[in-house]
Amino acid sequence: MTVAAVDSGGLRARFRTRIPRAWRTPLGITGAVVATLWILVAVLGPLLWPHNPLGQDFPRLQAPSGAHWFGTDELGRDVLSRVLAGARVTVPLALLLVGLSVVIGGILGLAAGFFGRWVDETVMRLTDLVMAFPTVILAMVVAASLGASLVNAVLAALVVSWPAYARVTRGLVVGIRGAEYVLADRLLGFSALRSLRMDIVPMVTGPVLILASLDIGTATLLLSGLSFLGLGAKPPTAEWGSMVGTAIAHFDAWWMGVFPGLAILTVVMAFNFLGDALRDALDPHTAGVLGQAETR
Amino acid sequence: MSRATLEITGLTLRISSAEILRGVDLSLAAGRIQGLAGESGSGKTMTGLAVLGLLPAGSQVTGSIAYGEQELLALSPRRRNDLRGAEIAMVFQDPSTSLHPMLSVGAQLTDHLRHHLKLDRAASRARAAELLGRVRIADPAAALRRYPHQFSGGQRQRIAIAIALACAPKVLIADEPTTALDVTVQAGVLHLLRDLATEMGLAVLLITHDLGVMSAVADRVAVMRRGEVVENGDRLQVFTEPAHPYTASLLASLPGAAGGVRTLDDVRALREGP
Amino acid sequence: MSAPSAQPAPTSPARPAGERTRHPLLRYLVRRLGVSALLIVGVTLVTFVLTNLVPGDTVAANLGQRAAEDPAIVAAYRAHYGLDRPLPAQYLTYLTNLLHGDLGESQQTHRAVLTDLRSAVPATLEIAIGAIVLSVLIGVGFGTIAAVRRGQLADSALRLVSLVGISLPTFWFALVAYYVLSFQLDLAPGSGRLSPATTPPPDITGLYTLDSLLSGQWQTYADAVAHLMLPTLVLTLYTVGLLTRFTRSAVLEVLEQDYVRSARAKGLPGHTVLLRYVLRAAMVPILTVVGLAFGALLSGTVLVEQIFSWPGLGSYAYQAASHLDLPGVMGVGLFVGIIYLLINLVVDLLYGAIDPRVRVS
Repeated sequence: MTVAAVDSGGLRARFRTRIPRAWRTPLGITGAVVATLWILVAVLGPLLWPHNPLGQDFPRLQAPSGAHWFGTDELGRDVLSRVLAGARVTVPLALLLVGLSVVIGGILGLAAGFFGRWVDETVMRLTDLVMAFPTVILAMVVAASLGASLVNAVLAALVVSWPAYARVTRGLVVGIRGAEYVLADRLLGFSALRSLRMDIVPMVTGPVLILASLDIGTATLLLSGLSFLGLGAKPPTAEWGSMVGTAIAHFDAWWMGVFPGLAILTVVMAFNFLGDALRDALDPHTAGVLGQAETR
Repeated sequence: MSRATLEITGLTLRISSAEILRGVDLSLAAGRIQGLAGESGSGKTMTGLAVLGLLPAGSQVTGSIAYGEQELLALSPRRRNDLRGAEIAMVFQDPSTSLHPMLSVGAQLTDHLRHHLKLDRAASRARAAELLGRVRIADPAAALRRYPHQFSGGQRQRIAIAIALACAPKVLIADEPTTALDVTVQAGVLHLLRDLATEMGLAVLLITHDLGVMSAVADRVAVMRRGEVVENGDRLQVFTEPAHPYTASLLASLPGAAGGVRTLDDVRALREGP
Repeated sequence: MSAPSAQPAPTSPARPAGERTRHPLLRYLVRRLGVSALLIVGVTLVTFVLTNLVPGDTVAANLGQRAAEDPAIVAAYRAHYGLDRPLPAQYLTYLTNLLHGDLGESQQTHRAVLTDLRSAVPATLEIAIGAIVLSVLIGVGFGTIAAVRRGQLADSALRLVSLVGISLPTFWFALVAYYVLSFQLDLAPGSGRLSPATTPPPDITGLYTLDSLLSGQWQTYADAVAHLMLPTLVLTLYTVGLLTRFTRSAVLEVLEQDYVRSARAKGLPGHTVLLRYVLRAAMVPILTVVGLAFGALLSGTVLVEQIFSWPGLGSYAYQAASHLDLPGVMGVGLFVGIIYLLINLVVDLLYGAIDPRVRVS
């Protein structure tokens, strides 16, 4: 996962954000493996489902058995199939959410850090405003206003997620923009855009990506939380959070809530393990933005 | 006194397969400043840390560090810690990072005082003020209440020296004490060290890469190269008639050295040397 | 850098006649409060805009279908809640009422929002305060141990525990805890703040635990505490995970600092070095996380209160949001925003208390 480097030569220093092999710790590998497994489950989709996740063909509220490893729910659907199908909803959406937050937050943060003054003020006040609320509550309000649906849940989650990236990116940019190679390039006549693209973006991408990888877990929890509250996926969509939400009314049928929740737990843990390993490998102590000289 | 206060014999140090020290011999005598010079990586700082017992994890040490009757390397960690600060003290290079930013100067001066000497609050504060006076900090009583960031670099280093000498130790290791300071301030700190060494009968190990600093205050000068002491003698003799070619090249690299830069032949000879 | 003979920074007892340096802390507070006030206005604006984005009709949501079909009733409803006036006018009215302490009337419960909050907030405070205190004690403790024993078994174990903690879906864990501990094992009650048979204590603060203590009702106190346990446990787990992780990295960073080595060189005992030198410096970043953790906690209550039938702010927020109860939502938004700002203010002040370099000068 090498980020394309700045051209070498002349006044520009040669920096690259490379993910060193050190991330391959037991935890890191476990995380990578589990995450990949879930992505496969999402991708392969229907090929893996033993039954139709929407099909209400079976006896209701059956405990886990040989026929139904995860039991059946209140409408007679096979829970295992629904859990597997849920991967297609949650995992891609979480990735999408993080991707969008990085892009939007990143662009705003870049602009704020690079152009400064009123752009900076506006963006920072905006982030202040959003960050003045605890995330779930604000997301909940936005989702409720927009109407309960998966798309709106993602939008609501996006609203609360982008500020963190904007702030981090801005901070990084402010740290770099005084660096000598940046100034040198401006003196050489680089336009603002080119300077951004060639000097600043490559240095910012690494830390931001690490942050993003650590954030996938949080995104998953936020999205499934919103669905749990009924503000995200609508029935009969098989989504883990909403499955847990429905399970509250059927206490005895513990399998209805436990398995989808376990799915969420394993996905989030996998991405957290992976993100942690990546971050430790890049060792924040020595790998400050300007310290990321070519290693290994 | 003819008997050395601290005697280092055959000290070796390995840190996970890297040989840092290969047999160092040094001795420190009361009231005298022993200089230890060398480039970065020569092992001089590690020698100082070894005396204090503050080496990083994974260090393997052999040899002997004799402090009076005691063999430091054979002491229990508890006993060793009792000696630190009380009898053997250290001053570090950068006073802006070696003092705790959130504790008052008074607090940092008195906490080990009270621990080692069992003084009460009033007595320790009085002694702290007296120490600050000794290192020439103006208005000591008020200074006790202030924080390190409110002082200049030179003042901070003096405070660090006061902290090191608070319990009247017998040995002081000074690791690059003036390197982080402005040139105009360095002389003051060095002369302070010189005076204190004489007044208190301290045995000082002055570690520095700066031969100019060395020539100002050291009585004896030892030169280290790659984990070994290659020369150790009286200051005047070392500076005027160095016995080892390495020392000679160090001296020659001083700006304005007599005789100018040595020839390539000598450098080559050094490389192929022992 | 000043010349060698310079005095340390003067704080001469005789101040000049100028007032500019007087009470810097006060000026700082005033300035912060001013900024916070602006932010709060911003918060009200945001919630107002959001709640009016509603594509759904709040009238229909709250009146019920048959009533909503009667134009007269609808008109009366709209007039009552001022929904028939233009938006800016509505907002201005809201703001003016706010200054009088009137947060409007909930479209859902038909009581003053302030009254609703008055009963909901203490309920949440009870579990939130318990959770944050426990989390800080356990989390900071664990994090410090993990940092000091870096690379050893204790470190790996604690890191694993904290990773699991932050990966847990709070709502799911609440469900599991309820099912296992309450439903199956009957170790703790899992529904509501008190048993159905118990009457609530007299309303002094709204905190059942405190009120029953103050009134000498020991049985009620025991009952209230028993009911607190499960929700607090669930909330604590996530926050402990968060605090352990951040404390560990904060302490690790401090351990590398020169001043820690200086402390050791002074021969101070290990625990003194840890408490006085290490933790004190690590407190600054840890405080930041505690502030964030409190916010996360408030978020968590929304999910947890559903499961434990806890009539707190989280439940209220959820009810209001899903019923499109505009005053209710705005009330919650406002209140939560204020709490958060207050917490940030307290954290900033604590920074100043801990780190003299930060102090206003």
